Amino acid sequence: MSATAAVHSLWTTAAAADPISRIDAPKIEYGQLAPTLIVVGAAVLGVLVEAFVPRRTRYYAQMFVAVVALAAAFAAVVALAADGYGTTKAGIVAMGAIAVDGPALFLQGTILLTAMVGLFTFAERRLDPEAHGNRVDSFAAQAASVPGSDSEKKAVKAGFTTTEVFPLLLFAVSGMLVFPAANDLLTLFVALEVLSLPLYLLCALARRKRLMSQEAAVKYFLLGAFASAFTLFGIALLYGYSGSMSYATIAQVVDGTVQDVSPALADTMGNDALLLVGAALLVMGLLFKVGAVPFHMWTPDVYQGAPTPVTGFMAAATKVAAFGALLRILYVVLPGLRWDWRPVMWAVAIVTMLAGAIVAITQTDIKRLLAYSSIAHAGFILAGVIATTPSGISSVLFYLAAYSFVTIGAFAVVTLVRDAGGEATHLSKWAGLGRRSPLVAAVFAVFLLAFAGIPLTSGFAGKFAVFKAAAEGGAAPLVVVGVISSAIAAFFYIRVIVLMFFSEPRPEGPTVAVPSPLTMTAIGVGVAVTVVLGVAPQYFLELAGDAGVFVR
Amino acid sequence: MNPVNYLYLAALLFTIGATGVLIRRNAIVVFMCVELMLNACNLAFVAFSRMHGNLDGQIIAFFTMVVAAAEVVVGLAIIVSLFRSRHSASVDDASLMKL
Repeated sequence: MSATAAVHSLWTTAAAADPISRIDAPKIEYGQLAPTLIVVGAAVLGVLVEAFVPRRTRYYAQMFVAVVALAAAFAAVVALAADGYGTTKAGIVAMGAIAVDGPALFLQGTILLTAMVGLFTFAERRLDPEAHGNRVDSFAAQAASVPGSDSEKKAVKAGFTTTEVFPLLLFAVSGMLVFPAANDLLTLFVALEVLSLPLYLLCALARRKRLMSQEAAVKYFLLGAFASAFTLFGIALLYGYSGSMSYATIAQVVDGTVQDVSPALADTMGNDALLLVGAALLVMGLLFKVGAVPFHMWTPDVYQGAPTPVTGFMAAATKVAAFGALLRILYVVLPGLRWDWRPVMWAVAIVTMLAGAIVAITQTDIKRLLAYSSIAHAGFILAGVIATTPSGISSVLFYLAAYSFVTIGAFAVVTLVRDAGGEATHLSKWAGLGRRSPLVAAVFAVFLLAFAGIPLTSGFAGKFAVFKAAAEGGAAPLVVVGVISSAIAAFFYIRVIVLMFFSEPRPEGPTVAVPSPLTMTAIGVGVAVTVVLGVAPQYFLELAGDAGVFVR
Repeated sequence: MNPVNYLYLAALLFTIGATGVLIRRNAIVVFMCVELMLNACNLAFVAFSRMHGNLDGQIIAFFTMVVAAAEVVVGLAIIVSLFRSRHSASVDDASLMKL
């Protein structure tokens, strides 16, 4: 094989010629990377706080660091967007590793706002009754102690709390910020792991129902690691096909427009199996992260078992980041392959929409119900992804922004409805909630109507944009399936509303805890965004439209 | 030796790992099979790196090792905490949430 000869000559000439006298320092555009760097720095600072600040004041110190970091990072994103880095000055930074362009900045802004709201639900300390005079949050007193053991009782009595959740949240956010902006496959993979590993840990940290929480973490971890191994093998095959990790080079090789073709590249370029299998494995890993059928099996178990604040954050922010990465892979790296991936994604979108909506009908647990609803929504978003038009990109961006706030608000409401065993997540316990606490039930009804896509909520504006883009992109049958599964999904959302308002409350039913201003803010922001994006979506649609161009 | 043979070996190792994940029942063994899959990826990266005559693949192999090490830390922490509370690391026993 001629390729091997070329390799040997490379090695030998490198030895014969002058040894490398100097290595140029890489050029890093710190200003354009500021949002990510701020969050990573704050996460590291959070670890130091955990090590050096006394236990009594740790919670406040961590809160302060996290809030300031997320706010500063969001300000940096806004400043970059205002400077035109989303449109005219969009470019590739950090030696080709990161793209700073419209979709990246839009999604980073969404992720940061979502994380801020999620942070408020993480920090909530008034829902659980006080344990031994100490206010407690949703996280285990000491994650290492065995549930029900003496060491756990001691930890609870001593008033321990797992304040590590704040740095873990920040690490996950930093991975999510890089994930949709990654511009080479190595960065993509590292970002995938940086966002996943903290989430695996967060899932295991519930204060109540700890066995279930640990089980959810094991399932999420094993399936997530399995999926990321597939992603990595896909990356290896794409690297083998194109001889490069950079999105732009791979796209050129896929298109056949690459300029200098070495003998080895000429050899591997002809091998379509490398490209097709590699692209399939890579996209599979991303579809796992967004929770699309048939890679959705983890979603209901993990959403149910994880602490509810974590579920809300994970459901919202991970989906935003993963769809951002999927869009970039499909639109920047594999546009030359779209006649191959579009039929596959058609099938995935149809199965996802229908399966999510139909299986959700049979659910009896509110968190599982929301999990299946999130699967159905992944299908709706995929319909926009398939459009392969500029309006497809912007509609997906808008949908993600709308969906993430509805989700995080809905899970925040779930944390309020409690009985003696913690959160009362069984649907039968929600019967008559509207008579006992009309405000909470009304707020939850708003979120459910947004999920269902009823007009004047953000869900309708998002669904309309996505389906319009899909129809214009030549995927009209997909729109028909989407509307049908929306109708199926509307049935079980409305059923929950009917259950809350038109059935008799049970005498031993759950109580609604009065939250601190933190959760109130989270829910308030969720409702406000839902209504504003529903009533006056035009400004935000235009914003997403302006942001909807990838840099290559 | 033709580097393509190493690709066949990588694919074989990857398949063995994937099969192991699907059929083994102990969480630790399942996790070891995932590690085998990651190592198979590393072998593929290095083989491709040699075929193309650039160093990208070898660099990525280092990153993969670091990621695998981080995954071990997180994974073993989670699996050990599950084992300590249930006295079993079987993935079949963990079924509290089945419908």
